[in-house]
Amino acid sequence: MEFDLTADQKMMQESINRTLERVAPLERVRKAEGHADDVLKALAELGLPGILIPEEYGGLGLKLLDAALAGEALGRHVAPVPFVASSVMAPLAILNAGSEAQKAKYLPKLASGELIAGVAVSEQAAGARDKSGITAKGGKLSGTALFVLDFAGAGIYVVADRFGALHVVDANAKGIEKVALSTIDATRVIGQLNFDNVEAEPLANNPQAALDRMIDAGRVILAADTLGAGLRMIEKAVAYAAERKQFGRVIGSFQAVKHMCAEMIAELEPCRALMWYAAYAFDEFPEDGRRMAAHVKAHTSEVGTFVARTATEVHGGMGFTDLLGLHYWFKRIGFNRQALGGPEKARHDAAVAQGWVGN
Amino acid sequence: MDLSYSPEYLAFRDEVRAFCAKHGPSAPKNGGGFNEEGKAWQRLLIEHGYAARTIPKEYGGYGAEPDVLKSRIIAEEFIAAGLPMGLSGQGISMLVPTLLEVGSEEQKQKYIRPTLHGDIIWCQGYSEPGAGSDLASLTTRATEDGDDFIVNGQKIWTSTAAQADMIFCLIRTEPDKPKHEGISYILFSMKTPGIEVRPLVTMTGRAEFNEVFFTDVRVPKSGVVAGRGLGWMVANATLKHERGMLGDPNQAGTRLKAIIELMQTEDVDGSRLMDNPALRDRLLKLQARVHAMEYHGLRLLTASIKGEDPGVARLIVKLMGCEINHQLAAFAIDALGELGMLYNGSPHLRNFGNWQSSYMFDLGLIIGGGTAQIQKNIISERGLGMPREPKLAKA
Repeated sequence: MEFDLTADQKMMQESINRTLERVAPLERVRKAEGHADDVLKALAELGLPGILIPEEYGGLGLKLLDAALAGEALGRHVAPVPFVASSVMAPLAILNAGSEAQKAKYLPKLASGELIAGVAVSEQAAGARDKSGITAKGGKLSGTALFVLDFAGAGIYVVADRFGALHVVDANAKGIEKVALSTIDATRVIGQLNFDNVEAEPLANNPQAALDRMIDAGRVILAADTLGAGLRMIEKAVAYAAERKQFGRVIGSFQAVKHMCAEMIAELEPCRALMWYAAYAFDEFPEDGRRMAAHVKAHTSEVGTFVARTATEVHGGMGFTDLLGLHYWFKRIGFNRQALGGPEKARHDAAVAQGWVGN
Repeated sequence: MDLSYSPEYLAFRDEVRAFCAKHGPSAPKNGGGFNEEGKAWQRLLIEHGYAARTIPKEYGGYGAEPDVLKSRIIAEEFIAAGLPMGLSGQGISMLVPTLLEVGSEEQKQKYIRPTLHGDIIWCQGYSEPGAGSDLASLTTRATEDGDDFIVNGQKIWTSTAAQADMIFCLIRTEPDKPKHEGISYILFSMKTPGIEVRPLVTMTGRAEFNEVFFTDVRVPKSGVVAGRGLGWMVANATLKHERGMLGDPNQAGTRLKAIIELMQTEDVDGSRLMDNPALRDRLLKLQARVHAMEYHGLRLLTASIKGEDPGVARLIVKLMGCEINHQLAAFAIDALGELGMLYNGSPHLRNFGNWQSSYMFDLGLIIGGGTAQIQKNIISERGLGMPREPKLAKA
């Protein structure tokens, strides 16, 4: 029994953190408009895009916990790179539901980072809005997909239709209209796809199960991203409180401020263990994977929102400014909360997963 | 990450299971306690290493090497089998570890065995009406008279004082020294003349605590642990054990299980409570929190096995553990709706009124053993390295 990271896992996370400190300081993030090829390239040298892809397809062949640790590092640095869709959800969809030929065609390119995959499963993960939804007819897709993740620079999209079947679509196929959506988060890009009878390849091997698995994995990664961003916000709040003086003393010596910091860490630190377990269960106890993924997404989002707000308050007026840039983390956490289903939706899924209520 | 048990631990688990199966039927039915049945059960557990496991044999324990994983397996199996874990109380959980750490050989020989066997019941004399969070400002004092101290003063929040044979008590013996250096940790009999115990009725309607008054109580100096003026250090060694005890995540798991059952079996207007989306959502929020603390506990357990200091992760356990238990009780009451206000053996009462009494008593636990606010000071200062509140200049 050992509930801890391995030395290799700690080292991998540390090397991602060091790389991001070097290539993705806040000044770089500010200019990236949600997508920085140079940052992606530096991470590709560490093998990040292929973290879940088996070695035979050129990836690292690691598990979801490893990907989640990487996700935590990306959140910590508000890294403007594709990850949750392109390196986690799409590879899992292709691995679980794709044919041998599809795996050979897509996975090596995804692993090297030369191909980015967007994922359009919002209607299945969070519910259809504004009449969105995709219909497949004779192998061609029509309709609208909203909230497509890792939208920028994507060469393919993995798309779920109304019945939960999965398809791969070439980003340059005839009949696609791509519309970028602006979000609060300036560190990642999402969009809308309008399909008019667009050619698609089915991922035909039990796509329903693969769809659930990719959504579960995506939720764990977004929770890990929030954990990393939240921990960083607490560090920044503590550091600021140790410097800022009012009434002749550093504000960090006031109990009112200290207690805000204590409450943040007391709420967030247990999310780390929850995230480790949810990611580990995804691979080791898949029968409990769905419930735990939903729980970690919902709970870390709730705590993340509390931390984002409280850390901003500890910074006083400065926390509210663009100059300090704290809002990049605030918004990253806000994005993670809504994407792939907000807390209420995720908790409903956790209830269904344990048979408390019908779907 | 590896959540499986190695063959050694699987074998140990089988051994504990076999014990539970064999002896379960003869276990005390009322959960045990300091009566003949409870003491016999305790002796049986010590003999097999399921109580007082790591206390050396020479002091009446089982004498095993510390192994937190085995301790956890014992707890898991006993909970699963619904068997009482043997005697508890402040003597066993706080005084014994303290004596092992800083007691004299004579004190260890004299007190540990009968304490473990339930033959001496202890109470803790720490808090005073004027010394709560600022415990070191306590004023119960002792003056010297030959080989004895004469003790005067008052303690409060003393659980089991009426049943206790002995007290471990913080007393100011060196009034001229600075406040932290003038306190001694003294053991003495509760039967000594001059001690008066008054039950302290709390908001639950029961007297879970007492006030203890000392009037010219003659106490032998040989009861001092570790040395005169070292009481603050000794008390901190003890509080460390108490804070671990108050934030037990197993309790939250047990409570959650009971609430899930309540949600599935109680109905309102003919529908299960579980079918009410607002109640269900609150239950799910709590389930996630309980899981988070459960896995957090596993993380701390692993750190303890490896001899690593988990830092701030350890400091949050009392605060969060008590808070979650309180939230669970609060939710159960809300889920019961108007049934939730019943109490005191009323018709229609659910769970003997335990949700209400837990909700109230947990507030006592949030305050006791270091208030939530003191915990936040500790978390921010020791865990996050934030500066201490500057001391007020003396007027």
